[in-house]
Amino acid sequence: MSREMICINCPMGCRLTVDDTDKSNIKVQGNTCPRGVTYAVNEITSPKRMVTGSVKVDGGTIPMVSVKTREAIPKGLIFDSLELLKTVTLKAPVHIGDVVVADIGGCGVDFIATKNVEAV
Amino acid sequence: MRNINLVIVGGGPAGLAAAKAAYDAGERDILILEREAELGGILNQCIHNGFGLHTFKEELTGPEYAARYITEVINRNICYKLNATVIDVSNSKVVTYVSAEDGLVQLQAKAIILACGCRERPRGAINIAGMRGAGVFSAGTAQKLVNIDGYLPGKEVVILGSGDIGLIMARRMTFEGAHVSAVVELMPYSSGLNRNIVQCLNDFDIPLYFSHTVVDIKGKDRVEGVVIAQVDEKLQPIKSTERLIPCDTLLLSVGLLPENELAKNAEVQLSNTTGGAVVDENLMTNVDGVFECGNVLHVHDLVDFVSAESENAGKCAVDYINGIAPCRDKTVISCTNGVRYCVPTVLNRDEHYAPQSFKMRVANVFKKVELAVLADGVKIYGRKRPVVAPGEMENITLTAEQMQTLKQAKTVEITLIKGEVK
Repeated sequence: MSREMICINCPMGCRLTVDDTDKSNIKVQGNTCPRGVTYAVNEITSPKRMVTGSVKVDGGTIPMVSVKTREAIPKGLIFDSLELLKTVTLKAPVHIGDVVVADIGGCGVDFIATKNVEAV
Repeated sequence: MRNINLVIVGGGPAGLAAAKAAYDAGERDILILEREAELGGILNQCIHNGFGLHTFKEELTGPEYAARYITEVINRNICYKLNATVIDVSNSKVVTYVSAEDGLVQLQAKAIILACGCRERPRGAINIAGMRGAGVFSAGTAQKLVNIDGYLPGKEVVILGSGDIGLIMARRMTFEGAHVSAVVELMPYSSGLNRNIVQCLNDFDIPLYFSHTVVDIKGKDRVEGVVIAQVDEKLQPIKSTERLIPCDTLLLSVGLLPENELAKNAEVQLSNTTGGAVVDENLMTNVDGVFECGNVLHVHDLVDFVSAESENAGKCAVDYINGIAPCRDKTVISCTNGVRYCVPTVLNRDEHYAPQSFKMRVANVFKKVELAVLADGVKIYGRKRPVVAPGEMENITLTAEQMQTLKQAKTVEITLIKGEVK
């Protein structure tokens, strides 16, 4: 199958035409530099995204604390990971780096806090 | 009235970096005034990642980036006041603030750094016709409601403006369970980063309509829908293309304006192009001892650039406090041929020759151009760029030698030399 893609490596934003009929030999056109090929192949074989969000905190100076995935997770897990966040309520104090949800959907990546919330 | 050497208005990224640099330059009598209940400014609500690649060589979220600088400020025991709103800055450098704790306080400062950021353009600034039902928010307000307060301001959303905040909010609203039916952009291009179009819209099949705008808002008590229309090349809506999109919420991401009400009180001269102050390479305004940095000066793309600029302002403010006399003889930098503005706006014709960075924006999308600096009409610096766009701030750094040539020149010009123009 042939598809269109915008490379997100730099401001050029090259419009790529990607042919992935043969998964072991993905053909990329429209790129200006080699990074376009790497981007396209990763997008097709294992697209990943960082997910950020916020969860409730009890007994803290503010009602919510921001969180992120420690690293990018498979794109297909985005909405499942967000559902997990809704089930969590933390207790203040919370510190940057504290694990909020461990091993999201078995992918090995944790949600961690990105803000310090002191207890009142 | 209490005397104080350096007052910094604003405890966001600009104020924090300025305070840190001023301390490191030897100043100890510093006070940061912050109107919110915590330091960090707008970074606190920017919970997405992508901050700090330049400064820390890693991708942080907004709150993490803020925390790094807050730690620096706290480790240095720099004084700050929270919930303290500055209501006036005078030409003679008297700062007036109010807080529930202190009441109304006046401080006589030796130097002031205005680091109070920018504001979003509201509905009134773009004159959208229609009803006045609830459900019209600026994107940043919605961001605060969702990320800080934990409220979802709507379920069926249309976003006007495809700047980065609009794009980020399209993804955030989707993440939080809302449905974003469209992002509508007046221009034929987005001022947001391509990576945000991919990550925030394409990933979730959110349509982006270029050359479209919102012409009417329906709904008496609550927004019930917006009418969008295509615009012609003069950006005028085309009647026959109007169509109704049902929604309960309209988010506006239609630009940011530096917040210079305090600067105006202090009789600071403002630039018509940036909305910020006219500053020299020391980031000092026309009022001796009053400095500006960060988004109050000009709207930046990346917080990393705000931090770097503000550290420079902090250092220069300390030089001023220590008695280095301001230079009176200035050259205005002229921006031509598609360069919209440059910061610094003026150059001191002094004999201080140090490497200097210049930040600028272009007025349109141009391909295959050379960004050039001319001293008395002669090119002293050129940088080829495959593409320049209004949404991407250009940054060039000149050497001490080039600065010497520039400072001795009668005219200084920053221009675009165009090859093939699209």
